[in-house]
Amino acid sequence: MAEARQTVERPLSPHLFIYKPLINMVMSILHRLTGIALYFGTLLLAAWLIAAAMGEGQFNYVNALFAHPVGKLVLFGYTWALAHHMLGGIRHLIWDTGRGLQIWQVNALSWLTILCSIALAIAVWAVGLMFRGEL
Amino acid sequence: MAYRTPLARVRGLGSAKTGAEHFWRQRLTGVANIFLLSFLIWLLVTLAGADYATVKATLAKPQIAIPLLLLVASGLVHMRLGMQVIIEDYVHSEGRKVVALMLSSFFAFAVGLVCVFAVLKLSFGA
Repeated sequence: MAEARQTVERPLSPHLFIYKPLINMVMSILHRLTGIALYFGTLLLAAWLIAAAMGEGQFNYVNALFAHPVGKLVLFGYTWALAHHMLGGIRHLIWDTGRGLQIWQVNALSWLTILCSIALAIAVWAVGLMFRGEL
Repeated sequence: MAYRTPLARVRGLGSAKTGAEHFWRQRLTGVANIFLLSFLIWLLVTLAGADYATVKATLAKPQIAIPLLLLVASGLVHMRLGMQVIIEDYVHSEGRKVVALMLSSFFAFAVGLVCVFAVLKLSFGA
């Protein structure tokens, strides 16, 4: 493929940071960031599964890492990223049908994404901790 | 050939290659992931704090292992497509872009193989 060679310093259009952050824009950026986090976070699932397949010692070791406060924080962050990316994805599926594209609807869907993602992540952990008898 | 437009030189070079397939696969796996990841969250929540024997026995069940394998397949296709878009957006040098795309594919396939191997071993192994 031919590569554009920039020999002249041409003016560029203003980029992201010059604009006032709007909720829709922030959710779009978060959708991409949570996607990246989930991409690398698959290592957590792979580590858990392969440890279970290797034996009890390895499994307990990985579980201990996840049970550490830092491990728990990472897992909670992963839960939130998953919830956010999933809800953002559903928002995009709605938009794909041509619906929900009025400004007020876009804003409402964006706010719903952030609020519901936090609520969902907390709810999942509350239920999980209840199963462990820690809540 | 003064009458020749530049069209001939750009045919097949633009974005009009596999964009629609990319879009469709991203949606297809995205919808599948809604269900498969809901299953994973349910699984992990019910297994929270469970001992090794319980986890091992649970993961070996076909009704658990099969959705897990589907999730790995769907999830990794989805994330590889997503990372491809990110790389194409931000890495402009052709060489570095190709290397980044290759590394991203290697990563997705490696993680996928580890997960699939683990689930199959738990299912079929002792």
